[in-house]
Order: sequence, then structure tokens, then C-alpha cells
Amino acid sequence: MSISRGLIYCLLAIAAVFYLLPLVVMVITSLKDLDEIRNGTILSLPQSLNFDAWGKAWSGACTGASCEGLKGYFWNSVSIVAPAVIVSTILGALNGYVLTKWKFRGSNLFFGMLLIGTMIPFQVILLPMARTLGFLGLSGSSSGLIMVHIIYGLAFTTLFFRNYYITVPNELVNAARIDGAGFWMIFWRIILPISTPILVVSVIWQFTQIWNDFLFGVVYSAGDNQPITVALNNLVNTSTGVKEYNVDMAAAIIAALPTLLVYIIAGKYFVRGLTAGAVKG
Amino acid sequence: MSVSNKPKFSFGELLPKIVVAPTFVATLIFIYGFVLWNAWLSFSSSRMLPKYDWAGLKQYERLFANDRWWVAAENLLIFGVLFIVICLVIGLFLAIFLDQKIRAEGAIRTIYLYPMALSFIVTGTAWKWILNPEQGLQKMFREMGWESFTFDWLVNSDMAIYTVVIAGVWQSSGFVMALCLAGLRGVDENIVKAARVDGASMPLIYRKIIIPGLGPVFFSAIIVLTHIAIKSFDLIVALTGGGPGYATDVPATFMYTYAFTRGQIGVGSAAAMMMLMAVLAIIVPYLYSELREKKQ
Repeated sequence: MSISRGLIYCLLAIAAVFYLLPLVVMVITSLKDLDEIRNGTILSLPQSLNFDAWGKAWSGACTGASCEGLKGYFWNSVSIVAPAVIVSTILGALNGYVLTKWKFRGSNLFFGMLLIGTMIPFQVILLPMARTLGFLGLSGSSSGLIMVHIIYGLAFTTLFFRNYYITVPNELVNAARIDGAGFWMIFWRIILPISTPILVVSVIWQFTQIWNDFLFGVVYSAGDNQPITVALNNLVNTSTGVKEYNVDMAAAIIAALPTLLVYIIAGKYFVRGLTAGAVKG
Repeated sequence: MSVSNKPKFSFGELLPKIVVAPTFVATLIFIYGFVLWNAWLSFSSSRMLPKYDWAGLKQYERLFANDRWWVAAENLLIFGVLFIVICLVIGLFLAIFLDQKIRAEGAIRTIYLYPMALSFIVTGTAWKWILNPEQGLQKMFREMGWESFTFDWLVNSDMAIYTVVIAGVWQSSGFVMALCLAGLRGVDENIVKAARVDGASMPLIYRKIIIPGLGPVFFSAIIVLTHIAIKSFDLIVALTGGGPGYATDVPATFMYTYAFTRGQIGVGSAAAMMMLMAVLAIIVPYLYSELREKKQ
């Protein structure tokens, strides 16, 4: 028994190394200078802690034509993510509330239609949406991108809240209704106070999805309005002069930090969001 | 359950519908309407600019006559099958190992799952650096004394698609582990105990009782992984850029290239329709089985 337990620990450790190695390599590389990279291997440690690459990635590296680093694009992503997450979560909560506590004829059909919306490949809406944004004068703008993220996030947020509220006993709502409480009163006083866990799940899910999005960003944003994922890809593929792998890696870590921090702080809710779509509620 | 018997206040009655109306309208227009719009484009003669005429199956004929499309489709098949199978195997075994009352289980789980929080662009950037032959793993092994070590898949047209599999598995297998672990925790311990009393060994119990019981978990995992595979776009853009040449193109990158950089809107929209068909072919049986389960 103890031999097999030792083997299990051993295999688990090997797997942990596999998952950690890329992150370790990224951090090590970002702290080296170019000579150290050229003369060493991906796992050789830097001689000293050198944060020059980080500084350059943040404010000096070239992303296509401009050479101002990721700074501006980082804040672009923040200003796209914040409104998109807030609006899609609020609407999702209200939809979930109606779909479970104020059912009407056709509400199940509506939910079914929405569910299929979580599954279509976005390629099929890319061209029509590009035309629509052009028609609305929103091509290449942040507002256009925010709108796209809200629209295609709604199906997921509604799913989260619907599956959560369906476990809230209807007696609670019916009793309040008999006491004369209306739609909004019940939402504010009864539903919202017990919604914290699912609010966290929805916010984290939407935050991760939108921060990490590349497809919508690359199609619907242009120039100075691009989100950080698009800027990172441009930075890595900009081929002027020497390839600065240390700057690439620092830039990749900068782009990954917000979602990584969220995961470390609130991992439990992150996992719930991931599994909510898969394990049916 | 039903609340439809309440007294009728006309506004109060309407309010819930007003609240969901924006989402309803958005779904109708931006999902269903847009799918139809895209379908129309795929039957038109659109090239640089969209045209709303009728060209029959012309764009589909052009799509199917395009070698690059078939390379993309084949790549998706190779990537999809390997990605799903390897993720399932790794995920299942890690979950079983982790379920043996392991110390520091929480920390280990956190390590296995963190790649899922990263953008595929970040994953692609990291693996591109690790796998590049001049500076990455190949160089490291050679300097450690294994002079003949060769690992140049990233720049080898025949092998590059497998680097996408490596990076994809790295990113998503932790997710399968989390699903399987949740499934294992739900297994009735009494059944396992009874089987042990009957003298069954643990491997046998896993093979005959526990793993077959995880069927629904695998089903969900396969649906999600298939979905990730068909939509995979960013990982390929960041890791290989579709290259060398177009050796690692997949339908998602093919569609993007034709619709947005080559001015072939008709072919691009036809490719998107094919992707939709592929997803529907998987989802429809899934939804069907879900609904049947509910009825029973």
C-alpha cells in the first residue's frame, strides 16, 4: 500500500511540474537580459533580478506601429471589462429572477433559445455584427466592443442566475407576494440578499471571459482601442530588430496577472463558474 | 410552482416580461437573426463587400474546392480528437489520484487548474517560447549533453498541429480533473464498501463500478471540450499563427482570414456555416438526451 501511495504522490508531483513549468519559465525569462537568454537555457536562473523587461513591456515595447508598451491597452481592457461585466451580470440576475419566480407562457422556450445561444460558434455572427457596428458608427470603438461582450455574455449570466434561483423555495416569494410585496421589492429584499455567491461566480466568469477574449477584440477594435490580448499578440509578432523574449514573457505575465489574481483569491467561485455550464443545475 | 393564478394587475403582469424583453430581443436579433443573415451571405455572391443576391451553393463549391479548407478541417479533426482524449485521460487519472486522501489536495488542485484562468494568447505565447527549437527545450536538452536531441515540431509542417495539442491539453486538462473529482466525490461510498467486503480490489472497483458511474461527467466534459476545440482560434493565432504556411490552419482561423483579411466574405460566411453545422451535430443529440432524461 505504501509503495503505491508513494507512486501516486510521485505522479501527482510530475503533473504539478508540468502545469507549473511554463509559468516558471515565463517568470525566469522575464527577469533575464538578452545575453543571459542567448547564453543560457530556458531553465537557467537569472544572475540578478532585472526588471528592465517588465518596464519595457509596460511602457516601451512596440505593438505594431506605436512603441508605448502595454500600459494603454491594459487600461483599455479595464474600461471594456468593467461596464460589460456589470451590465451583463445585472441583466442576468433579473432574467434569472423572472425565469424562475415570475414564469410566463413561453418563458421556458425563451430560456431554451438562450441556452442554444451559449453554444453557437461566434464565427457565425462575426460578419453580421461587423456590418451592424459599422452601420451604428461603432466600428473600431470601445463602446462597440462593450456592446458585443454584453450581448454574448447574457446567455451565460442568465444561465448562472436561473440555475441558482431555481433552488430558492417559491414559498418564500409567494408569502411575500401575499403580504403585498411587488416585483422589485421581492427582488431587493429577498432575492438579492441571498445572491452573493452567484454574483461572485457571474462576475468572475464574465471578467475572465472578457479579459481573455481575443476574437471579438481583434475583429471589432482598432488602433488605440484594442484590448490587451490583441496588443500582446501584436507585441510578440512585431518583428523589428532583435527578438526580445524577456519583454515578450513580461508582457504575457502582465496580460495574465488580473485573471490569475482573481483565480488565486476566489478560486472556489472560479471553479463553480466553470462547472456550472457543464454539470447541469 | 406555477404563479400564473395570481390576480391580474395589468402592469404588474407585464413587468416581468418588460424586464426580460431586452435580452429576448437581443437574442432574437443578435443570435438567431445574425445566423440567418450569415446564412444569406453564404448563399450570395459576396466578395469584398456583402451583396444580397442569390448565388446558390457557389460559395460552398468554392469552399470545398479549396485545399486550405480541407487542411483546416483535417487539423481540427486531429487536434479535436487528441485534445479531447488526452484531456479526458489525464483529467480522470489526476482526479482518481487526488481522491486518495492526498495531503495538500487543495494546493495541488489549484496548481492543476490555474492555466484555465489564462488567455489562450498568453498560453500560446508561453509555449511558443518553450517549444522554439533555437532557444527552448531543444537547446536545453542539447546543453545538458544530449547532443542529438531534436524537438522542432513548432516549425515542422507535419508536426506543428501537435504542439497545439500540447498547449491545449496543458490549458484544459485541469478542468476535466475538476469535473471528474466532483463526480468521484458524488459516488455512493456504501457501494464501494460493499464491493470491498465482497473482496473486490480497488482497481477492479474503479474499472467496474466507479468509472462507468462517471458517464454523465464524461459526457459533459466531452461537450465542453468539443466546443473549445471547434472554437479554438486564439491559441493557434498565438502559437503557430496558422503556420508554417497554412499547415496549422483550423476552420476558425480560416474563416477569419477569408472574411476579414482576404475580402472573401462569401467563402468566409460559408465556412462559418459549416462550423455551426458541426456544433449542431453535437449539440442536438445532447439536448435531445437531456430532454428525454427530464421527461422520465
